[in-house]
Amino acid sequence: MTEPKIRIENISYAYDGAPALRNISLEVQPNTITVFFGPAGGGKTTLLRLINRLNDLVENTKIEGRILLDGQDIYAPGVDVSQLRRKVGMVFALPLPLPGTLRENVVYGPKRAGVRDVRRLVEITERSLTQAALWDEVKDRLDSPASALSGGQQQRLCIARSLALEPEVLLLDEPTSGLDPISTGKVEAALQEAKKNYTIIIIPHSIQQAARVADYAAFFLMGELIEYRRGREIFTTPRDKRTEDYVTGRFG
Amino acid sequence: MSQRTHWSEFFISAVIRVIGFSTIGFVGLIFFFLLQQGAPVLGEVPLNNFFGAQWYPTYNLYGILPLLLGSMMVTLAAIVLALPLGVATAVFVREIAPGWAREILKPLIEVLAGIPSVVLGFFGMTLLAPFVRETLHVPTGLTAFTGALLLAYMALPTIVSVAEDALDAVPKSYRDAALAMGATQWQTIWRVVVPAARSGILTAIMLGMGRAIGETMAVLMVTGNAARMPTTLNSLFLPARTMTATIAAEMGEVAQGSTHYHVLFAIGILLFVLTFFINLAAAPAIFEKRRRGGLR
Amino acid sequence: MNRYLGQRVGFTLLGGLTFIVVAPILLVVGVIVVNGLGALSWEFLTAMPREGMKAGGIFPAIVGTLLLTLGTALVAIPLGIGGAIYLAEYARETWFTRAIRLAIINLAGIPSVVYGLFGLGMFVLFSQFGTSIVAGSLTLALMTLPIIISASEEALRAVPTEFRTVNASLGGTHWQGIRQVVLPQALPGIITGVILGLLRAAGETAPILFTVAAFYLPRLPQSPFDQTMALPYHLYVISTQVPGMPLQIQYGTALVLLTLALALNLCATLIRSYFRKRRQW
Repeated sequence: MTEPKIRIENISYAYDGAPALRNISLEVQPNTITVFFGPAGGGKTTLLRLINRLNDLVENTKIEGRILLDGQDIYAPGVDVSQLRRKVGMVFALPLPLPGTLRENVVYGPKRAGVRDVRRLVEITERSLTQAALWDEVKDRLDSPASALSGGQQQRLCIARSLALEPEVLLLDEPTSGLDPISTGKVEAALQEAKKNYTIIIIPHSIQQAARVADYAAFFLMGELIEYRRGREIFTTPRDKRTEDYVTGRFG
Repeated sequence: MSQRTHWSEFFISAVIRVIGFSTIGFVGLIFFFLLQQGAPVLGEVPLNNFFGAQWYPTYNLYGILPLLLGSMMVTLAAIVLALPLGVATAVFVREIAPGWAREILKPLIEVLAGIPSVVLGFFGMTLLAPFVRETLHVPTGLTAFTGALLLAYMALPTIVSVAEDALDAVPKSYRDAALAMGATQWQTIWRVVVPAARSGILTAIMLGMGRAIGETMAVLMVTGNAARMPTTLNSLFLPARTMTATIAAEMGEVAQGSTHYHVLFAIGILLFVLTFFINLAAAPAIFEKRRRGGLR
Repeated sequence: MNRYLGQRVGFTLLGGLTFIVVAPILLVVGVIVVNGLGALSWEFLTAMPREGMKAGGIFPAIVGTLLLTLGTALVAIPLGIGGAIYLAEYARETWFTRAIRLAIINLAGIPSVVYGLFGLGMFVLFSQFGTSIVAGSLTLALMTLPIIISASEEALRAVPTEFRTVNASLGGTHWQGIRQVVLPQALPGIITGVILGLLRAAGETAPILFTVAAFYLPRLPQSPFDQTMALPYHLYVISTQVPGMPLQIQYGTALVLLTLALALNLCATLIRSYFRKRRQW
């Protein structure tokens, strides 16, 4: 067993006094795809956003427990949040290109991190767009507005934008929810490829997708982690009754 | 790079915070300097003189009552004129007018908001006042009524805009429900939409009043500036004098540090306090509007 | 059927009242344009006034108003946008933030002549700037501040939160997000607010009465601590304080001031509608 990339230890989280996560513990292995799934409101998105401290932007919250990245507590005092988020990238359900061109979108993160060398930025652009399986489609119009892309292309641009920072962990929150099957296939293929270099946690938009991509899978229900297993057996032979009800479509 | 980013982040945040906090300081500063210049009045003018009915500074009579009442008369008359016009315009623009008419009406009303008050005052002097004199057969056209008429138009953009926001905030389901029960569009507007927007319209009145009571130049130029007590309804059609006009007209001619000078500052304090409370009364509605993310 | 007759009467009534609101606006603008055009000439715009302002031009008043507006902009724009950024991006909802908002609402409601008194007390006397462009600009800037803050804050808040989240997720700091993502998108709204604020400053008379304005000064100001003529005050002076002033000069001055105000107003409207159509969200 290798050292886990991320260790979540007894995390409880409340928003405005209402608990959203209860005592969650799990470990995420490097260079794998881990799936967080379950019905809406189960806490999976909240947990995902805790891993790169995006919930810092929300007021009136309370967090207990620890999250360790490579053994370091990311909530320890003195942690540089910007550095953390460069190591832990995030892609959202709705693709949201920043105003500006494709190129500007891709190099946004590196530029904020202080990369000024133009040749370096050009390299980064090509590498990340290639990894996100978008390069061939857009290489001739890098300087046109990002908003002109199709939905599927926008989402892959957002993935490229995160990959541009060469993160160690990539968090994806239903990245294919608005996409057609062909674009979804491209994104999933890009993720399988990216797994070699990154640790990926994804909230899939369907159980089918979860089953397709998962190396590990965690089932969340009403703020609790019900079942967390290696491989895809959780979808075929769930151990917990509630997981079974969910994956067989009895609720959710 | 990291060190530099941290430093500039810290520096910029600090600057922005200081600027944000300073707005409170400005209000305090304004009040402080008004007090500093106006407070000596307490030792110089007995209260029964200060709140007396006669304003003759040359005879040391500093009764601000005619000015206060003059301001109130002009302001109230302006609101009485502006309110039905403003609400009607808001209803017409929002609920009835076809799209193309709205595209013309709204910018036109914004034009009104952009005309400098001295230009309106000039128009009032040269054309409105003679017109008032001839149609009403009064000895002079420079009357409280003329001022109120101008003020009404100056308050209109505010009233229309706030009333429009209020109408906008009425849920569409109210309208649909009324129409579904067989009410005509007119009945729906009059019996359902306008009553539902009542509190917003109240805000419009408050803000319009705040605007009207503080207006200076236009009033100074058209009300005739006679400091007399408005005792009868007829006074509306006689010259009158407001607090703002008094300050504007006399501050340039008084000796700095004289009693008259201090009294003018005291009137300024009174205006500050009056508008402070008027705006305080309208503030909750403005907060509410912000929470809804309402735009002008 | 009767109900629809009522509706028609009602609509006509409202339309009539709206007409009563709108027609005088056109009348005022029309009258001033028609009567003022005759006075306009190259000399009127670029020459010093002569013969007790009854002849010559209004050049120093135009320059004075431009200088005052510039001075106002220098102070009010950074403070106004800074204050808006604080309220929209930094402040949490505490009693203190509420107090700041109340302060701004009240700043917006203080009568312009009271600003004039304050400017006299603080800038002319206490700070010993004398009646000067500096004192007048600072007074006008303070008066303009709430307009710029409110409009800018609204523009900043209209930018969806998700952009800030994306910035953060890409390792951008709070300020980098504001600078690179939020501000560019709020800029049209901010510019509109700034223009409307400056428009107000350029047209106001009461705040400059005791802080800067010169009655008759047929030369250009030599330093920021000089007095100056200004268009609104000049119009007030020639229409009320100078007997026998030719009406045409008065109309001409009114037209120049009105044109300045309406041009700024038009800019604001155009910017707003242009960007509202182009906005992606």
